[in-house]
Amino acid sequence: MRVKAQVAMVMNLDKCIGCHTCSVTCKQVWTNRPGTEYVWFNNVETAPGQGYPRQWTDQERWRGGWELDRRGRLRLKAGGRVKKLLTIFSNPDLPTIDDYYEPWTYDYETLVTAPLSDRDPVARPHSQLTGRPMEVTWGPNWDEGLAGGPELATADPRLRGLEEQVRMTYEQAFMFFLPRICEHCLNPSCVASCPSGAMYKREEDGIVLVDQERCRGWRYCVSGCPYKKVYFNHRTGKAEKCTLCYPRIEQGQPTICSETCVGRIRYLGLVLYDADRVEAAASVPDERDLLGAQRSVFLDPEDPEVRAAARREGIPDDWLEHARRSPIYDLAIRWGVALPLHPEFRTLPMVWYVPPLSPVVSTLEADGYEADPDDVFGAIDHLRIPLAYLAGLLAAGDVEQVRGVLHRLAAMRAYMRKREVLGETDASLAAFAGLSTGELERMYRLLAIADYGDRYVIPQAHAEMGDRLLQQQGTCGLDFAGGPGNCGAVDPRPDTTSPVVPTDGERFHLVDLLEREEHRGA
Amino acid sequence: MSAGSILLWVILPYAAAATFAVGLWWRYRTDQFGWTSGSTQMFESRILGWAGPAFHYGAIAAIGGHVIGLMIPKSFTDAIGMSESTYRWFSAIAGAVAGAVCAVGFVGLVYRRATNVRVRRATSRTDLGVYLLLVVLIGLGCYLTFGHNLLTKTPYDYRETMSEWWRSLFVLQPDVAAAEGANALYQIHAIIAWAFWALFPFSRLVHAFSIPVQYLGRPYILYRRRWPAASGGRRR
Repeated sequence: MRVKAQVAMVMNLDKCIGCHTCSVTCKQVWTNRPGTEYVWFNNVETAPGQGYPRQWTDQERWRGGWELDRRGRLRLKAGGRVKKLLTIFSNPDLPTIDDYYEPWTYDYETLVTAPLSDRDPVARPHSQLTGRPMEVTWGPNWDEGLAGGPELATADPRLRGLEEQVRMTYEQAFMFFLPRICEHCLNPSCVASCPSGAMYKREEDGIVLVDQERCRGWRYCVSGCPYKKVYFNHRTGKAEKCTLCYPRIEQGQPTICSETCVGRIRYLGLVLYDADRVEAAASVPDERDLLGAQRSVFLDPEDPEVRAAARREGIPDDWLEHARRSPIYDLAIRWGVALPLHPEFRTLPMVWYVPPLSPVVSTLEADGYEADPDDVFGAIDHLRIPLAYLAGLLAAGDVEQVRGVLHRLAAMRAYMRKREVLGETDASLAAFAGLSTGELERMYRLLAIADYGDRYVIPQAHAEMGDRLLQQQGTCGLDFAGGPGNCGAVDPRPDTTSPVVPTDGERFHLVDLLEREEHRGA
Repeated sequence: MSAGSILLWVILPYAAAATFAVGLWWRYRTDQFGWTSGSTQMFESRILGWAGPAFHYGAIAAIGGHVIGLMIPKSFTDAIGMSESTYRWFSAIAGAVAGAVCAVGFVGLVYRRATNVRVRRATSRTDLGVYLLLVVLIGLGCYLTFGHNLLTKTPYDYRETMSEWWRSLFVLQPDVAAAEGANALYQIHAIIAWAFWALFPFSRLVHAFSIPVQYLGRPYILYRRRWPAASGGRRR
């Protein structure tokens, strides 16, 4: 047993209203720079829909993630090391900018400088790549809220084989929002695809980063990631990705996307896992067993043996305490109501989702279904969002897994409704969910009330290891001069072509403190 | 031996070689962040799909050909009984193939850089300089290989002049006379080549030194400690 800690996230899709606050605040903090205009470390997609970049889920086309070879061994879907080196002069699977979108801005100046006229002046869109006027024909959330209707939404690769069940007429259509960030996978195929060895997973918290100094711009991480969450900065020629806001995480603060989520849908916490079991779990032959295999990699933080092994690996005691209170362990493992996004990619993603419990379709009674307000379980199969679609999204097609989760969530709602409205405690509903009444109420508190302190249980990086913390300067992602992620001081080297006024970068309190300590000591 | 000759055949090669070596060392030490292939594939992938590999593989083969042609003295091929015409046919055919592949790829790359606005906007002045030098280098090189070498009845034997001079540079006894007497086209090719090597460290050509062969032997998943063992940590 090789115990490692991982900072993981759960998003409760039931509560996402698609407001894009997470995307905008993330963009402001991390990718509001020349070269990353088209980059959204966090984006919100409408499902069903094509997503960003277009049709990223179709791995027959993009060849991201892992697959099993004929002998059942895990290999990169895009091919092995030799093939990568031989095709290094042109990556055959790389998305082009048009698969994302051509970034644009507006010539706002004409609004101010236009001569007096009968008509209002118009700010016209200009491409941020060529500087020329352009027609905007696609964007990162162009098909949002099923915009574009049947033409665009039906091009979702996840709808293949579901055509019979999916109606795109207004009354029968379904949709929900899917916010996405980097999955910080346990078996990251981007890291495995990087020929330069510039990408790595942090041992302490599992955050996957790109070493900006060692990246040589071969772009295999971009195509190797099945979630298309590694991006190429066309100005610097280096790969960039979601950092899980590690400078905030290190201080026990939630990521920007989580902090600013108005729907309080995001949860952050630690999980402990056995690094020795990762490869076996990713190599399970039947895709439908992947979810179970993935769950089996996690270790119970209450188990004294696990705790002893974790201590031997140098995981601090307060981290173990945080792992015990982890909302992620509760939602994903203890209660099993959160599911991983596309487990069939075999990367063991670490951002999990509570599936949406959509309204029951209004055509139920027409189908001869006796509507009984208490019979929530019978209704699960008549939800507006087809179970098969959710199963394709979150369970490698295993409908039973999704049905089980929705049953548990429905039981929780029914239990709470009875308790609040009738003042009755219906233990049979709790039993149905496989939980005690106490656990069911705790689940309700975490999902429905979602207190700040319950949602985010993040241990701080250790101050006593702080002298070593300073050494990471220059080795962590995106902390280059003018870059957004300064984990410490950098020499400002102004980019003369950038309109952004260079600053010293955000200096974090902990680093300041430690530097002062060091001065005093010296 | 005129001052001009010394400048072209002694000072230029050593200055360019020194600039190449010191420049690479300096760039590697100070500019890891700028060390990249500078790919524009995400702006244009279709032409790059064939032109990129053609140019690079052709160029690698051509560099190999240069090494053979310049490093192996004529006396060696004579000694192993390889006649002048056998050598010439070998070098002409192999060189022609490499040169043609490289040139076709290069034309494709220049075409996409010139015609695709996105790619053109991503082109720096250093890139332009590199492209200009490569146009002359590849153009002359191809002409000398298949125009001059195959079509002329008594082609010029560079191995008796340019090669002698090139090898003499390494033993610090520059044979200026050998270079002075050489064919003018070969002379221009050599002078432009030195300019190319002098520009090399300051352009994105440095990615040639980052061919990631270590990828073949490393584990797929890499972990790094946030704080490496206190003694071994990197500090800037």
